[in-house]
Amino acid sequence: MISRKNEIWAAYQKEIADDHYYFARSCIRQNIFPAAENLYLNILRNVTGKDIYDDARQTTCTGIAYHSGLIPMETIMTVVARQFALMNKAGYENFVVSCVTSFGIYVEMLETWKHFPETEQKTREALKRATGMTFLIPKNLVHASDVIYKFREEIAAKSKYRLVNTNTGESLKVVDHIGCHYAKIFPSHGIGGAEYPYVLAGLIDEWGGQQVDYPERRHCCGFGFRQYLLKSNRGYSVSNSKKKFDSMFPFKPDLIIANCPGCTFFLDRWQYVIAEQEGITYGENGYGIPVLTYEEIAGLLLGYDPWDIGLQTHQVSVEPLLDKIGIRYNPEQKYNGFNGEDIGSPEYPQVLKCI
Amino acid sequence: MPTLYEELEKDVRYREGLKACFNCGVCTAICPAAEVSDYDPRRILNIVQEKDETALEELLKGDEIWRCGECLSCKTRCPRGNTPCYVIQALRGLSIETGFFIESEQGRKQLAIKRTVGDHILKYGYCVYIDEVDLEMYPEQGPVWNWLRENRLSLLHRLNTSYKKDQAGTLRNTNKESLEDLKRIFDETGGTQRFEKIERYSSIKAKELNMDFKEGKDEYFRYLYNR
Repeated sequence: MISRKNEIWAAYQKEIADDHYYFARSCIRQNIFPAAENLYLNILRNVTGKDIYDDARQTTCTGIAYHSGLIPMETIMTVVARQFALMNKAGYENFVVSCVTSFGIYVEMLETWKHFPETEQKTREALKRATGMTFLIPKNLVHASDVIYKFREEIAAKSKYRLVNTNTGESLKVVDHIGCHYAKIFPSHGIGGAEYPYVLAGLIDEWGGQQVDYPERRHCCGFGFRQYLLKSNRGYSVSNSKKKFDSMFPFKPDLIIANCPGCTFFLDRWQYVIAEQEGITYGENGYGIPVLTYEEIAGLLLGYDPWDIGLQTHQVSVEPLLDKIGIRYNPEQKYNGFNGEDIGSPEYPQVLKCI
Repeated sequence: MPTLYEELEKDVRYREGLKACFNCGVCTAICPAAEVSDYDPRRILNIVQEKDETALEELLKGDEIWRCGECLSCKTRCPRGNTPCYVIQALRGLSIETGFFIESEQGRKQLAIKRTVGDHILKYGYCVYIDEVDLEMYPEQGPVWNWLRENRLSLLHRLNTSYKKDQAGTLRNTNKESLEDLKRIFDETGGTQRFEKIERYSSIKAKELNMDFKEGKDEYFRYLYNR
């Protein structure tokens, strides 16, 4: 069955440029996991030797506002056009998107321009009037994880560690969470399409782990945009994450690898909330299941220090995972500030065990 | 004066999202919102394609169109190539344009989203910004976030970000020119007018409910955000 699925996945590859990328940042990732994007740029530049441009002039794509029913389509379409214009000005034509919501937005705007060419013309006119800018459509537009997927073998070859439990010799059991907007909206823009997304599964396979194929594998994390943004509506969000945790729990995953900044955040934080409200924990011995992004896992395997890449900013402690992989770390440095400054440490939750 | 349907048909998301629905209900079966709330995309698409103005007005004045989480799982699964979520997006836009959004408990919450995400975009150039995310409004952020936020100058420096700096990098200040570009784009494309409409209609509702309505996190905001 698995080999049959693999055959189907293999048919759903997409074009990913080899080099010279323009990097579009993520609002959630920069705030919630503030070391992740620097790590991504560092891996691309210093491990794979690629050129990727980080532009101070870019802004939010406004995707969270758009998907909350707050702004007109014409507005986000023109903001997207400005980002493309900035890419042109910087001399690039390959656009790499750090956020799955944004990735869905960029693809949606490109597809809308194809289906309704008059909207592209109106956008060009609006951008010109508002900013004086013009733009060319990117030659290649991919999600940030697509590039890591493309170079997964090279990363594996340069890694110091594997997704293997050094105590037992067994492959770690890894849950992948793709994020709805990676391929559910436009399947042909995702590696493996919507049915057999392989962008993260390919990393698990290449880096020594084993995939966990649990019933709710493709269910939404529960962001829900306006449903999370309002305190009164957050039951929607935590309910959907809980459905996934309950479904994956019997498979005893060692790790969740997430594609989307929002999903990473929700799968991390809702474990804390469920523990404190319901007394339920999903990891071993009262801990949670660590939730990491694709570049955080790449960074760990490549030998980056876990505290230099910001893993102390996750609510679910990562030490049980580090111990399994055999990664050495200094617990004394985890909660240091700049230049070793003593800035205290977070309070312990009452139920969720943390280090 | 155009009918509500004529207004709806101007939206490309409506035209792209609804060709012909045969009411199989797959969208509702796959929908995370339908599982946890009183939300039924199959029913909504059926109302819309019947082109009944009265029923459409009821939809625009009701809670249901605001329950979608915009995960777009429905797009993948519809056997006829419809996208119920796109229809919802068009309905939400029309509900704000007509002012009907203040008639429902969920619809009127758009003011709280405008005063957080909407205002953050134009103030910071980000939808979400660390300075605005405190535990009172986001308690699920938990103790690690609280520690990070309280020590952000030191910690974000350790993590090599550009927080509060005028240079490229994580959490950099969005420069004045870029913020002005954003504002002009909003002015040019209806974003600013949309925000003004949300504020204007909301002030009417707040007065009706006898609540304090000024700006930011006033009494009406807190009522919408928390309840």
